[in-house]
Amino acid sequence: MSQDFRIKEKGYINRNKIINFKFNGKNYTGYEGDTLASALLANGIHLVGRSFKYHRPRGFFAAGVDEPNAKLQVQLNGHSEPNVNATEIELVEGISATSQNCWPSVEFDVGAINNLLQKFFPAGFYYKTFMWPKSFWYKIYEPFIRKAAGLGIASTKKDTERYEHKFEYCDLLVTGSGPAGLASAYAAAKSGAKVILAEDKHRFGGSLLMDDVSIDNLSGKDWADKIISELREMPNVIVKNRSQVFGYYDHNMLVMFERTGDHLEKKSEFTPRQRLWYIRCKEVILSTGSIERPIVFGNNDTPGVMLSSGAKEYMKVYGVLVGRKPIIFTNNDSAYETAIEFKNNGVDPLILDTRKEQSSDLINDAKNKGIKIKFNHAVIKADGYKKVKSAIIGELSEDKTTYKNTSSVECDCICVSGFWTPSVHLASQSGNKLKFDKEIDAFVPDKSKQEEITVGAANGNFTLHDTLNAGFNAGSKVSKKLNNKDVDIQIPNVTEKKHKTHDKFWCAPLPKNIKAKRFVDFQNDVSVTDIEIALREGYRSIEHVKRYTTLGMATDQGRTSNLNGLQLVSNIENKIVPEVGHTTFRPPFTPVTIGTIVGREVGKHFMPTRLTPMHNWHIKNNAVFVDAGAWKRPRYYKIGNETMLEAATREAKNVRDKVGICDVTTLGKIDVKGPDAAEFLNRVYTNAWMKLPVGKARYGVMLREDGMVMDDGTTTRISEHHYHMTTTTAQAANVLSHLEYYLQIVWPELNVNVVSTTEQWAGAALAGPKSRDVLAKLFPNINVSNESLPFMGYIEGDLFGVPARIFRISFSGELAYEINVQSDYGLYMWEKMMEIGKEFGIQPYGTEALSTLRIEMGHVAGPELDGRTIPYDVSLDGMVSKKKDFIGKRSLSKIAFNEANRQKIVGLVPVDRKTSIPEGSHLVVDKNAKLPNPKLGHVSSSCWSVENNNPFSLAIIKDGKNMIGKKLFAVSPLKNKSIEVEVISSHYVDHEGKRVRS
Amino acid sequence: MLYIKCPFCGMRSQNEFAYGGDASVKRPELNKDVSDKEWDDFVYNRKSLRGKHIELWHHVSGCRQWFKAQRDTATHEIFKTAMMNEEI
Repeated sequence: MSQDFRIKEKGYINRNKIINFKFNGKNYTGYEGDTLASALLANGIHLVGRSFKYHRPRGFFAAGVDEPNAKLQVQLNGHSEPNVNATEIELVEGISATSQNCWPSVEFDVGAINNLLQKFFPAGFYYKTFMWPKSFWYKIYEPFIRKAAGLGIASTKKDTERYEHKFEYCDLLVTGSGPAGLASAYAAAKSGAKVILAEDKHRFGGSLLMDDVSIDNLSGKDWADKIISELREMPNVIVKNRSQVFGYYDHNMLVMFERTGDHLEKKSEFTPRQRLWYIRCKEVILSTGSIERPIVFGNNDTPGVMLSSGAKEYMKVYGVLVGRKPIIFTNNDSAYETAIEFKNNGVDPLILDTRKEQSSDLINDAKNKGIKIKFNHAVIKADGYKKVKSAIIGELSEDKTTYKNTSSVECDCICVSGFWTPSVHLASQSGNKLKFDKEIDAFVPDKSKQEEITVGAANGNFTLHDTLNAGFNAGSKVSKKLNNKDVDIQIPNVTEKKHKTHDKFWCAPLPKNIKAKRFVDFQNDVSVTDIEIALREGYRSIEHVKRYTTLGMATDQGRTSNLNGLQLVSNIENKIVPEVGHTTFRPPFTPVTIGTIVGREVGKHFMPTRLTPMHNWHIKNNAVFVDAGAWKRPRYYKIGNETMLEAATREAKNVRDKVGICDVTTLGKIDVKGPDAAEFLNRVYTNAWMKLPVGKARYGVMLREDGMVMDDGTTTRISEHHYHMTTTTAQAANVLSHLEYYLQIVWPELNVNVVSTTEQWAGAALAGPKSRDVLAKLFPNINVSNESLPFMGYIEGDLFGVPARIFRISFSGELAYEINVQSDYGLYMWEKMMEIGKEFGIQPYGTEALSTLRIEMGHVAGPELDGRTIPYDVSLDGMVSKKKDFIGKRSLSKIAFNEANRQKIVGLVPVDRKTSIPEGSHLVVDKNAKLPNPKLGHVSSSCWSVENNNPFSLAIIKDGKNMIGKKLFAVSPLKNKSIEVEVISSHYVDHEGKRVRS
Repeated sequence: MLYIKCPFCGMRSQNEFAYGGDASVKRPELNKDVSDKEWDDFVYNRKSLRGKHIELWHHVSGCRQWFKAQRDTATHEIFKTAMMNEEI
């Protein structure tokens, strides 16, 4: 295809490089430096999509972030991305795009039937229609709405692109490289401030690329290029294009996303596709410019209708004509530049100006060039379905509410300009309360909440002279504030044309005999009528009107529609716009890919992985791992075709019969040191600690102040002022913070220090009747007899040259030891233990077997200590000292905690002694009772008892004490099970605890 | 994201810290008779102020020190931070 609408030798594109691309299956060409939008327009394509609700044909409306229509499904590098703004994506070889929200094609869309039925789709249609019957919602209404609505299709494939995050600090961040941004960045950088200048487009200069101005006898673009190259030379400046600052958060934290990869034909393996910048800066200068707003008229959504500024940008930057018979419809001077540009390129435009006959530099210029101007005129309605073919225009009456006469004019595009709206999004996000500027009929920033200044068009300053002045001043002011330096900068001479004031005309009245929809919001298909309906139905707050009509929602966030919507509401309500107010601006300013937000934190980088020193041994021995927080723990070691239950039963049985070894490195370990350590432990734990001798361990339970059990574990007195505390794997971090809280805030007088030593020690538990035999061989020089190293004893030893700590503690209920060595020797210790234990039948066991062993012993763990149980609930009564005070003690005397039928831990066995009871099952008296069936409690832990060879569970149930011997039902609707169970004691094995002391 | 001055380490981003609640709450002394009301006030009842609030922060991913901060709960402005033994 030829690029019929390309203007010779115009624009900043590289005509030496032709780029091939596809649109809706057809091949086209464009040039390097094009956007998808400019390349399509060069090929005469206007129809790019169908509208959201009515499936009306839509075309390009703008040339940048303000585009509401041209959202395409883009295929690039094997990925498919929905809702990509065609005006923002750069053309690159091999890119392919398709229209969205249409079927079977954008040219013929079945959904357009909605357009004929539009009477039935007014504002609030969904709310009104799909209200009842309620039962229809999930099965009928929702699937229907989901199918009918929506834009592109999200990919279900894994995103294999690379995304990065970057943190940056600077003195000043300048957002936007138009004249205001360039001037501010330059002034601040000259004084040595560390400056970041961010531009969302690929080219720097903003409006300087399009406007007919000169600065110091240079064209706008040449001046911008000169400043940019100077800034790039400065070591204290980071200049970034393709970078959109999209969020302004607390304490001057801004986020920016940089398009680093998509414009490159070939990128290296390590080039990210996009990069997210977190920028913390002392000062911010917002030079985000302004967006042209449209004038509302009939069928103003027809392809070929676009913003005058967009048409100018396509001509000036891309050398593309958007039409050959243009109508320029304006209420201000700036559109005259578009008309003149058309004329310069050999096209005769017709200007319709809503203002009375008048003159200004620009108007006179246009007149002198022979451009036809009709003052007091407006476009009433565009005609044409897939492309505008003609327009009904009218001469406005004196009060501009009717027309003196109307006529039809042929045209192939209508360039509309309803004056300028400052882009105040970032300022508003920063907490700046906006004020309404009557001169420009728009909101501008008011008082800053954070360290930010808005300059240039974003501040309602539409002349280049004022903008440059404000920019240089703001930059100098900031640098003076930051490093107290004055910068001496000559403000350049500017030549620009003066504009006459604009006309406060924003919506063309629709005579009764002309039928047409007048759209305020293109992306959401919100028309003037919809807003009128919303108000008629009683919606008053602008926030409510927004939600009822969807005005200003979706990806373009109402950039072109907000103010016209506000105007309409204020006209109907007979209020002025500032009284109506505006809706809240929220980040992100433009859509940001999920990939960018997530960055590199995907897959195994989603969170850190903690591995014990024995991890590789576990892998080699067929361990199946389970996540325990960030840790990977062996769940069981698979032999042959064993199921998990078979493996866990084998491992647990081996512990009960012979000896097992378990990696317990993941347990939290905290060193508690200092002369007041005993006193501190005495306050932290529920039991007594003042008399624990050196070389002894003790089991302890700690509570939160509300009386709930927080954690349990053993603490060993290593020496006079040194204790070694262990915590559960899950609570390790919380317990440390908890101890620090009390030491630093509540009892700073205690001379105690705590530090985590979890990663310093590798641990292995040796459990089972044969464990002493293994220990004796591991430490031939130590007397490990029951007398010399009794239960809860502690001794230090030498494990084949490695210093080791030996604790006689037990979680399995068997005779057991835990041995700790310096982490580096963890694997060495483990292998020695396996080697020496071989003759005694040693086998490793994982967390499944570990659970089985502790459950049948009735030892509580995480599932019982779930933050909702006090010590009495889990049969830890004996651990609670009556004599001393400790954290949480006062709560234990609360009435609710002492009721006779308070919940209590019990054991459960299925009556048939066969059916396993799912964890989480609810316990009820009668399984057939009417709903809601009163619940007595829940099953917290379940196992297959290796000792008794039948299922066994722990449960916490109301009045547990008195339930022993009764029969209940364990009901698990999730697993569709209802099992008759017998309530027994929670200690199923070795009631007296003889084994641990043997 | 807030920018918080740890009295020990200097300015750091919020993601290094954990919030610790109202700093004016005093734990009743040990071994003292405490009424139900006093105890509930200590354990549960908080004011949830709008405006200036003196609160605790813990530099968990840093020096692990607890400290006090005076922050406006509506604007997030942090006026001052101080070590636990300093007045704010």
